[in-house]
Amino acid sequence: MIQRLAHPVSSDPHRGPVLEFGGLDVLWIQVGGTLCNIACTHCFISCGPKNDSHPMMRRDEVQALLERAETLGVKEYYFTGGEPFLHDEIEALIADVLRQGPLSILTNALLIDDARASRLAWMAESSPFGLDLRVSIDGMDATENDPIRGRGSFDKILAGARHLNDHGLNPVFTVTTVHAKYAASRGRGEFMQHLRHLGFERPRVKFIPPFRIGREERRDEAYCDEHRLGPQDLLAGGENALQCGSCRAVTARGVYPCPILIEEDGARMGAALEEGLRPIALNHPACKSCHQEGFSCRT
Amino acid sequence: MTDRIAVFGGVYSNYHALEAVLADARQQGVRQTHCLGDVGGFGPHPDRAADRLRRSNVHCLQGNYDDSVGNGRSDCQCGYTDPRDNHFAELSYRYTLQNTSEENRAWMRGLSPHHRMRLGDRRVLMAHGSPRQVNEFLWESMTPPAFVRRLLEEFSCDLILVAHSGLYWSLCVDPAAGRGLINVGAIGRPANDGDRSASYAIVSAAGGNDGLGVEFRRVEYDWKTLAAEMRSEGLPEEFTQTIETGWWTTCLEILPAKERGRGRF
Repeated sequence: MIQRLAHPVSSDPHRGPVLEFGGLDVLWIQVGGTLCNIACTHCFISCGPKNDSHPMMRRDEVQALLERAETLGVKEYYFTGGEPFLHDEIEALIADVLRQGPLSILTNALLIDDARASRLAWMAESSPFGLDLRVSIDGMDATENDPIRGRGSFDKILAGARHLNDHGLNPVFTVTTVHAKYAASRGRGEFMQHLRHLGFERPRVKFIPPFRIGREERRDEAYCDEHRLGPQDLLAGGENALQCGSCRAVTARGVYPCPILIEEDGARMGAALEEGLRPIALNHPACKSCHQEGFSCRT
Repeated sequence: MTDRIAVFGGVYSNYHALEAVLADARQQGVRQTHCLGDVGGFGPHPDRAADRLRRSNVHCLQGNYDDSVGNGRSDCQCGYTDPRDNHFAELSYRYTLQNTSEENRAWMRGLSPHHRMRLGDRRVLMAHGSPRQVNEFLWESMTPPAFVRRLLEEFSCDLILVAHSGLYWSLCVDPAAGRGLINVGAIGRPANDGDRSASYAIVSAAGGNDGLGVEFRRVEYDWKTLAAEMRSEGLPEEFTQTIETGWWTTCLEILPAKERGRGRF
């Protein structure tokens, strides 16, 4: 059965091209639910201190999921939220994953102090698999970052990232292109150079486009109905570039095609992981954004 | 009797290393030698390595580079995602495409992307990147055993041999049954460990229930002459530094954190 991704403004839920499911390479685990210690103005899920629409996942839930993922031959794991480090058992959860595969954690780094960075580095060193920390930041200084991520957040994010770097965990900075200059190669080059000045000798950066859903829909503007893929719009080879052909996102509420759409109507594919292992129709406007930009949430 | 084969990846136009590896494999008494693709790129005079391989009895697969050069595609299809990696990949590809003869390009076009064979009683599948995608990077720190088991199951084999990533490693997921995956690395540039020598694998099957064995061999070659030729051909100085030091200076951004952390840059 094909999952049709409905959208509130969609008049034709059967319009999108069908993307076959090629096997589960990447498993996104919404350990932090939608709870976050900040409320970024561009968040595509509207995460924040009061959003509990997706609760945090219990450790036994995650462990059961990992067991199932092992049998499916998953290649990479991702922890996201909300803010994963708000979870009381986050370090035990990290250790659970690192016993069976590589892990990337998407974080705002506000809860990473020196002691935690040291423990994370030890866990990374002890595992045969990679551990990446993806640290979200929105600019080169507080003037750029703080209006989006909250007053005083730039300095705290940078402090968290430095703790990681000091312990040999070179973070991957994640920067949205909300500031238009980071969509162009010159701006990106300047950002990389700035990170070197800040002491990150081998800067790693992932630039991501904003998705006009969640809180971003109110900050900028919502997608219009025309911003959708037609049945024949999937370019040759595009199915390989789209991560949703080989990933699924699991939250405490169920399974979804990708981590972008967990609050979107019609995106829930079922309660158990198995129910998500099937084709999807790329009917949501965000699907067109990913396809156009050649974007993947992977590190 | 033990059945032994030699397997190497990424020649990257390094015909000096190729000559040394072929000589070493001969001395080791292997039954057959296999190249897992990417004959050109990075190094000088790409026709020399291609000519040498065509004159030999090496069984050669088609890598992404061979597909690109053979078919005159717009880029090397290496699968890099970072602008700096792509910058050097473009320089390398332009030079290689311009300096590869039509005869060698036709040969590259005709190479197969996969090869199946028996080693002892084990079913072996060879591919360039992975059996499912020619330019998939299979790094040691990013390839869990469960994923390898899945590939072995999906492709109905006991052993997968790949290259593409340029770093050699192996993972045995079932020692008793001799099942696993071996990335043989590349001979065209060093393994990012400060050692300038070329690396390749000898894979052996003793037969019966003894399973499979792998030995990664390091082979010295005339890197000084190679470096001089790279300079006289006007190839990027960064490439030459890699050959002279044994440390990667380009294609670094694609490296996962663990593999990157082991290098100098």
